[in-house]
Amino acid sequence: MFELYRPGNSFLHAMRPGAKLLALAAAGTGVFLLPGLPAIIAVMLAVLAIYAATGLGLATAWAQLRPVLLVFAILFAAQVFIAGWLTGAFFIARFATLLLLAGLLTLTTRVSDMVAAMEIGFQVLRPLGLNPSKISLALALALRFIPVLAQITGEVREAQRVRGLDGSIIAVAIPVIVRTLRMSDAIADAIEARGYNPDKA
Amino acid sequence: MLSTRDIVSIALFAAMTAALGLFPPITLPTGVPITAQSMGVMLAGALIGARRGGLALLLFAVLVAIGLPLLAGGRGGIGIYFGPTAGFVLSWPIAAYVTGWLFDKHRGQPHPGISALYLIIGGIGVVYVIGWAWLAVMNGWDIAKTFTVALPFIPGDLIKVALTVIIARGVKKAIPTL
Repeated sequence: MFELYRPGNSFLHAMRPGAKLLALAAAGTGVFLLPGLPAIIAVMLAVLAIYAATGLGLATAWAQLRPVLLVFAILFAAQVFIAGWLTGAFFIARFATLLLLAGLLTLTTRVSDMVAAMEIGFQVLRPLGLNPSKISLALALALRFIPVLAQITGEVREAQRVRGLDGSIIAVAIPVIVRTLRMSDAIADAIEARGYNPDKA
Repeated sequence: MLSTRDIVSIALFAAMTAALGLFPPITLPTGVPITAQSMGVMLAGALIGARRGGLALLLFAVLVAIGLPLLAGGRGGIGIYFGPTAGFVLSWPIAAYVTGWLFDKHRGQPHPGISALYLIIGGIGVVYVIGWAWLAVMNGWDIAKTFTVALPFIPGDLIKVALTVIIARGVKKAIPTL
């Protein structure tokens, strides 16, 4: 399964996901309380030191920021336009620091461990009428559907290419959605045929 | 209560929103990039209604939070919710709910113009108000100035509304019991 996790054996990898989430929430709040650009940059350097110390490396830290560079550029331009370049630099540095911090959690925690930690959290929701087993089923199904959708899209595009329609978003989207909706009916029947009862599970 | 069928369709539309993020962004002649991903919000609202559509996008937001790179451009992880675009991701469940609520009030297919209006209210209006307001508050910007920054993104979103109207009509014609 594709995920952002990087294997390793640092102290962060060994920490429990719940504890990491709490630590991230505390650190993230702390970053929001920092007053000025020098303080933000000091914290950012400290976070980069953790990337180096945990074996994730600075290249990985850079990879956390690269996909949002365009967003940063638009934001910075807007900031300069609205509030001046110094404020712009402050906000971009703060966003970058928060992304790097959050990346530490995402990069050192397997999705399956996060799901397990969340299932414990979902138990708290039970008195509110939310059924943890239904949430788990929905999570598991969604993860399974993503590659299935990619496969069906590939098949439909191939079929439409024969008709010269593979460039048309509409001619591909409608059959893909219709096919997956029909498939989802069959899947619901199959789940229930195996004795799954969401209200008793 | 949610039936098994409901849970499967919620998971399906969460996955569909993820799959739409895999398409490379198209750059409009104005230089503004548009991604297909927010069509997932519009499709969920138009096709499976308020409750299931809203929950589908909530599920998508959870999948992103637990570390799957499902947002357009391969982004994901809890960091998204600290970042500048958090308001958009968080607005999606509400946007899908509002869109679905408008469509739920119709028996059968609304007129294409009405469908487009519903999608503009839910899929653009709700998303812009929450997403751009979040950005403004996070950055300490003036709301009015922020919306001038947002304006160039509207044509791309109108294209998505038009596509969603056509796609949703086609799907409902094939599966009238949806």
